[in-house]
Amino acid sequence: MIISSLTFLIIFAVIGAILYGQKLIKTEKSDAVFGNPERSKGGIHWVIVGSSFLLFLWLYYSWDIAKAFYPKSANEICQVAKVRESMLSLKYLFPIDERQHKSTAIIHRENENIQNYIKEISSNPNLNQVDKEVYINILEKIKLSIPYLTNEKYLEFETKITIDKLTERINNLTNVFPTDNFPPPLSLDFEKELNEGLSKQLGWGATGMEIPPLPETKLGLKYHIAADQLRLISDEFFQIRNHNPQYKTLTNDIKSDIKNHRDKLNDNQELEITLLKEINKLNKRIQFASIFPPTTLVEFEQAVRNFDAVQKKEQGSIATKDALLFPGGTIVSSGPTCAEDGPGRWLPKPSDTFRIFADMLKPSVGFKFVPMFWYEMMGVNKIVGFILPDWIADIIPGKYPIHSSDGQVKPNFKSKVLDIVTGNFEAFKIPVPVGHIWDSFLRVFLGLVFGIILGVPLGIFMGLNRFAKGFFDPLVELYRPVPPLAWAPLVITVFGIDNVGKIFLLFMVSLSIMIISARAGASGTQLSKIHAAHSLGASRWQILREVIFPNSLPEILTGIRVAVGMCWGTLVAAEFLAGTTGIGFVENVARKYMQYEVIWITIFVMGMLGLLFDITIRKIIDKTIPWRGKG
Amino acid sequence: MSDLVSQDLNMIFKSPKGETVHALKDVTFKLKKGELLTVLGPSGCGKTTLLNITAGFLKPTSGLITLGGNEISGPGVERGMVFQQGALFEWLTVAQNVNFGLRMKRVDPETTIKKVEEWLEIVGLKGFGNTPTYQLSGGMQQRVALARCLINDPELILMDEPLGALDALTREKMQSLVLKIWKETGKTIILITHSVEEALLLGERVYVMAPRPGRIHKEYNLPFASRGLKQDLREIKNDKEFVTKREEILSMIWDMEEEIMGKETG
Repeated sequence: MIISSLTFLIIFAVIGAILYGQKLIKTEKSDAVFGNPERSKGGIHWVIVGSSFLLFLWLYYSWDIAKAFYPKSANEICQVAKVRESMLSLKYLFPIDERQHKSTAIIHRENENIQNYIKEISSNPNLNQVDKEVYINILEKIKLSIPYLTNEKYLEFETKITIDKLTERINNLTNVFPTDNFPPPLSLDFEKELNEGLSKQLGWGATGMEIPPLPETKLGLKYHIAADQLRLISDEFFQIRNHNPQYKTLTNDIKSDIKNHRDKLNDNQELEITLLKEINKLNKRIQFASIFPPTTLVEFEQAVRNFDAVQKKEQGSIATKDALLFPGGTIVSSGPTCAEDGPGRWLPKPSDTFRIFADMLKPSVGFKFVPMFWYEMMGVNKIVGFILPDWIADIIPGKYPIHSSDGQVKPNFKSKVLDIVTGNFEAFKIPVPVGHIWDSFLRVFLGLVFGIILGVPLGIFMGLNRFAKGFFDPLVELYRPVPPLAWAPLVITVFGIDNVGKIFLLFMVSLSIMIISARAGASGTQLSKIHAAHSLGASRWQILREVIFPNSLPEILTGIRVAVGMCWGTLVAAEFLAGTTGIGFVENVARKYMQYEVIWITIFVMGMLGLLFDITIRKIIDKTIPWRGKG
Repeated sequence: MSDLVSQDLNMIFKSPKGETVHALKDVTFKLKKGELLTVLGPSGCGKTTLLNITAGFLKPTSGLITLGGNEISGPGVERGMVFQQGALFEWLTVAQNVNFGLRMKRVDPETTIKKVEEWLEIVGLKGFGNTPTYQLSGGMQQRVALARCLINDPELILMDEPLGALDALTREKMQSLVLKIWKETGKTIILITHSVEEALLLGERVYVMAPRPGRIHKEYNLPFASRGLKQDLREIKNDKEFVTKREEILSMIWDMEEEIMGKETG
C-alpha cells in the first residue's frame, strides 16, 4: 500500500518538477546563453527529480513495485520456473536452446576423444608395443560400438514403444493444458496437504521465505501440476537405455578386455593404469549418454516443442509481469524452493529494508543483542570509577585498614578514597548512550580528539622550530604514508579488539593529518603579522596564542574535516576486522548471513553519520573562521 | 632626549651560494625627537633593511643604533610599526585590533575601551569598532593599523610604504591624516615611500638612498610638511619650488636606476 502510493507520488513529483522547470525557463532572469555559470544556481525541482529517479530505480530494480502491485506475481513466476526446470533436461536433448542434438554433440566429442587417444598412445615412447596394440584395439572396439546405438535397425521394439508412450503423454498434456480440464480434480490427500502448506506459507520478501513456493493462484496451480507430470516424464525418459543385444555383447567384450589387461598390470605401472581408467570412463560415457538414432526422437522432440510453446502462450500476464516488473533477472526454481535471481536478491526491497530498520532500532531487538542507538541508566559511581585511576588511592600516605580481632574492618581515609576511585559507592543514575551507532561515533570522536590535542601543538611547534621539524618529521613521514588499515593488525594485537585498539588506530590517522595541517598553518603565517605583534609588545606565548594559532585555524579546521573522513573510513574497516560492536561489525555479520537488507541499512547509516560529521564541521568552519579567503 | 642615532651601520647579507650583498654601508644619521623623516630610493637600496634594523627585527652586521641612548637589540613597544598591507589580524574586529597592544600589556579593560574610542575617532573610524577587519576597504585598514600602532604611545613610528597600496584619492586623505597625527602627537616618524611626491609632501627631512651598497645619497630639509599642516596639499603640489625639487630628485633616482641597469647588462 505504502509502496504503491509512493510509486505514484514519484511519478507525479517528476512530472510536476519537469513542468515547473519548463515554466521557470520562460521567466529566466539571468542571461540565457550557454556557459553562464549563473544558470546552474537554484534548481530544487531538479533535486526532486533526481531523488525521485533514484528512489524509483531502487523500487523498480529491487522488484518492490512488482511486490506492491502484484504481491502474488513472484509466486506465479515460481510455478512457471518449476515447469521450466522440469523441462530443462528434455529440451537439452534437442536443438531448442542448443545448437545440436545432444546425441550428435556427444558422438562428435567422443569420436574426437577416441582419435586423440589413438594418436597419443601410438606416439607415446613410454608404452611398449604389445600394450599399445591392446589399447588401440579396445579403442577401435568402442568406436565400432557407436553405430549400434545410432542405427535405426538395431533399435529395440520395446524402447520404441516406451518413447511413443512418453510422446503420447506429453501430447496429451499439451492438449489438455490450455483447457479448464487441467488440472484434473485433485486427490483429497493432495488437496489437504496443499492447503495445509498454504496456510503456513509466508509472504514474499524478507520474511524468512524468499519466494513462497506453493501455488497460490489457479494459474499457478496449473503450472505446478504440469511441472510434476513433466518431471515424471523426464525421469522415465532418462531411464531408457538404448542398449540392444549386439551393443551389450560388444560393451561386455570391451569391459572384459579392459579388466583382463588391468589384471596383467603391476600396480607401479601408473601410466598404463591411468590410460586404462580413461578408456573405461570413455566407454561408460557413451554407454549412459542417451544416444539415439537420428530419426527416433523426431516425434518426441515435436511434442516437447509443442508443449513448450503452449506453456509459454498460457503464461499470459505472468510473462508480461516477468518481463516488465522483474528487470535484470527473474525467479528461478531449484527443487522444492524458488529464489530471486538478479538485483531482486542483492538489492533489498525498500519495504523490507524500512521494516527491518525500524525493527533493529527497537532497543529490545537491536543487532546481536546490542541496540543500534539507545540509552541505559548508569550509576554515576561507575562512571567516576571508570574515569579516575585507582592509583590515586595508593599514593595517599598511610596504610589500608586491617581487620580487627572481632572480625570487623574499620574504614579509614585511604580506603574511603579507594571506594571512590573504584566507583564503590551509592550514587544516582544518569542515562548514557549505548549501541552500535553510538560506539562507532564515540570511537571516531575520541580518536579525533586525541589526535587534535596532540597533533595541533606538535604541528605548530614543527612549523616554527627547526629542531622540532627535523626531529619529528622522519617519524611522521614514516608512518603517515602507510594505509591506516595496514597498521590495524598490529594495533589490534597490542591494544585489543575493543575500544582502545580502534581509538588508537584512529588517533594515529588523525594525528598525522592534524600535525601536517597545523604545521602548514603555522608556517603560513605572514611575517608582517608576527612583526606587528612583536612591535605591539606581545610576548612569545602571546604571539603563539593570539597570532599564530588563529592564523592557522583555517588550515587546522580543514585538517579536522579531512581527518574525520579518514577516521570514519578507517573505523568501519577496523570494525570489519575485529570487534563485537559498531556499525562496521553489524555489516560484517550481516554479510556472513547474507542479510542484504541489513548490509544496505549499515551503508545508509554510515553515509548519514559521515554526512552529519561533515555538515557539523562545515558549520563550525563557517562560524569560527568567517575571514577565510578574505584576508 | 629620545633621539634616534645611527652610527656606521653596516648590513651584509650572505646568500647560501656565498655571494654577499652589501645592503647598508656606513649609514650614519641622527633624528631628533618630533622630526618626520621620509626615505626615498630605487628598489634594492636598503630602505626596508634600515627600517627593520630600527624596528629591531634585524641585527646589523656592524655599527650601532640607539633610541634615547638605549641600544636597539630587539623589537619593542617604544617603536611602533605600520606595514604596507596593514598586517591586521583578520580574525579580530577593528576594536580588538586596535587594543591588541593594550591587551598584551594587560591594561585594565575600562581604560582600554576609552582609549580605543579615542583613537578610532582620531583616525576617523568612529562606530566601526565591532566591524570585522576583512570587511574594511584598504584605506580604512590602514587607519586601523595607524590607530593600533599609536594607541601604544610609541616614541618612534616606523612606516613601511604605508600608503603604497591605496588609490590616489584615499592616499591623499591618508597623507593629511599622517600630517595631522604628526602635528598633534609630536611623534618622531620615519616613513619609507616609493613616491617622490609623497616623500616631499610629508618629509621634514628627506633621505634619498642609493643602492649597491645601500647608503644615504643625499639629504634634504624641506618646508612642505610644516606648510601642509596649514595649507591644502594640492596647492603645495603645484607650488613652483615643490615641482623643481620633485624633478630634481626624480632625475636623480632615474640616473641611479639607469646605472644599475648598465651594471647588470654590462
